[in-house]
Amino acid sequence: MARKILLLAGSAGGFSVILNILKSLERPILIPVIVIVHRNPKYASSIEDTLSKALVQKIKTADDKEAIEDGTIYFAPAGYHLLVEPDYSFSLDISEPVQYSRPSIDVTFESVAEIYKENCTAILFSGANQDGAQGLLMIKRYGGKTFVQDPATAEVPIMPEAAIQLDAQERILNIQEIKDYIKQLT
Amino acid sequence: MAELTDKIVAMISFEELEEIIDVVKNLHGYDVSGYTRASLKRRVTRIMELNKLNLQELKSNLINQPGFSTYFLQEITVNVTEMFRDPEFYKAVKTDVFPYLATYPHIKLWSAGCSTGEEVYSLAILLEEANLYQRAFIYGTDINGKVLEKAKRGIYSLAKVKEYSENFIKTEPKNSLSEYYTAMYNAATINNSLKKNVLFSMHSLVSDGVFNEFQLITCRNVLIYFDTELQNKVLDLFYHSLCHLGFLCLGAKESLINYKDAAKFKIVNKKQNIYQKIG
Ligand SMILES: C[S@@+](CC[C@H](N)C(=O)[O-])C[C@H]1O[C@@H](n2cnc3c(N)ncnc32)[C@H](O)[C@@H]1O
Repeated sequence: MARKILLLAGSAGGFSVILNILKSLERPILIPVIVIVHRNPKYASSIEDTLSKALVQKIKTADDKEAIEDGTIYFAPAGYHLLVEPDYSFSLDISEPVQYSRPSIDVTFESVAEIYKENCTAILFSGANQDGAQGLLMIKRYGGKTFVQDPATAEVPIMPEAAIQLDAQERILNIQEIKDYIKQLT
Repeated sequence: MAELTDKIVAMISFEELEEIIDVVKNLHGYDVSGYTRASLKRRVTRIMELNKLNLQELKSNLINQPGFSTYFLQEITVNVTEMFRDPEFYKAVKTDVFPYLATYPHIKLWSAGCSTGEEVYSLAILLEEANLYQRAFIYGTDINGKVLEKAKRGIYSLAKVKEYSENFIKTEPKNSLSEYYTAMYNAATINNSLKKNVLFSMHSLVSDGVFNEFQLITCRNVLIYFDTELQNKVLDLFYHSLCHLGFLCLGAKESLINYKDAAKFKIVNKKQNIYQKIG
């Protein structure tokens, strides 16, 4: 059976929406999930630890060379780009920020696009820069499913708007629709 | 997807990347077959974009132009670095490791994959502040000759060094970082006294062996670019290069978790990935 993956990404205003959606789930998402959010490495947060108590499934920071497993939510570590290898494991990269960001959503999206192709679903949420738009387009070109949060519902619409400008999305969804979509993956 | 399949999505495929790895190995004796593919691919793609080359042109340049090969080999490594990157790490070295180092009459340190030297000078400053520098000698090695030239000069952008001051302050130092460099125009030059007990030279973790015995080895943000097999080989090299009870310092996201002989090390600081050779 083909390996599938779900990507959730955002920055300003996006993180809390993603967290709320994850917390609202009553059953675990069956496929692997990668969450990429911009956060300051200087305040290396332990959000994963706090969250693991609130969630019905395993959640952790992605480790270098770790095999990607179903049913686990992985966070991109602060200060590193998160890449996916052809053998479905993670690798980390400390090269220059992309779109002023490290982790960069574009970098992870582009990496995942090529490995998972049509078996990848990516959702881009609220955010204050254009990171992610290019990567989302790449996922679409490889046949993956691409959604963006409706900019009208986003705290900071720059990120979803950038993606829409590139026509990178298959559909624009409001938060309830995103919730419903993710629910059927549980 | 149908109307888009004719569009070029990635500049090279993973299969084509393997061809390039083979060319570089067979023609130049430079073996990157143990490097992680996703990062390697990004680097090769970047070189192709910067030089406006397609795969055929890239291969032909690699085969026919010696100058290009040198450039290519320099550009496929990721050399991003900082002074006092991860201040908490340096603080831990100071509190958890220096008391042991202080018991040796001569302290030899090795920064493997030192890039442009910021890590080496950070260690030099840390040692200086602990009054250990006069008995210490730091070897900084890298596979990339170009970054080593910069390391030897020890001249960095003043704006960057001002950012590093913030890192430095978090290590709870005695002095301000500005004590350790001279500012002129937009450049900060590391004090000569800090270069006295430092030597930079080429060394490949893939193909070169043990060259000395050390009390401390740092290899930070290098292993993430290697697959687990190459990581094991390099960790063996470190094991054999450390004295009994010598220290091994890895990067913030690197550990001995995939190392077959991890039992030969004891964890000194789990969060900062500092280990001590015991076996
Ligand atoms: C990201 S930099 C890390 C710099 C510094 N240690 C730090 O953490 O800030 C990685 C360095 O490893 C070097 N490197 C890569 N492959 C190597 C090899 N086979 N042998 C020695 N150095 C290597 C690269 O040239 C690069 O300068």
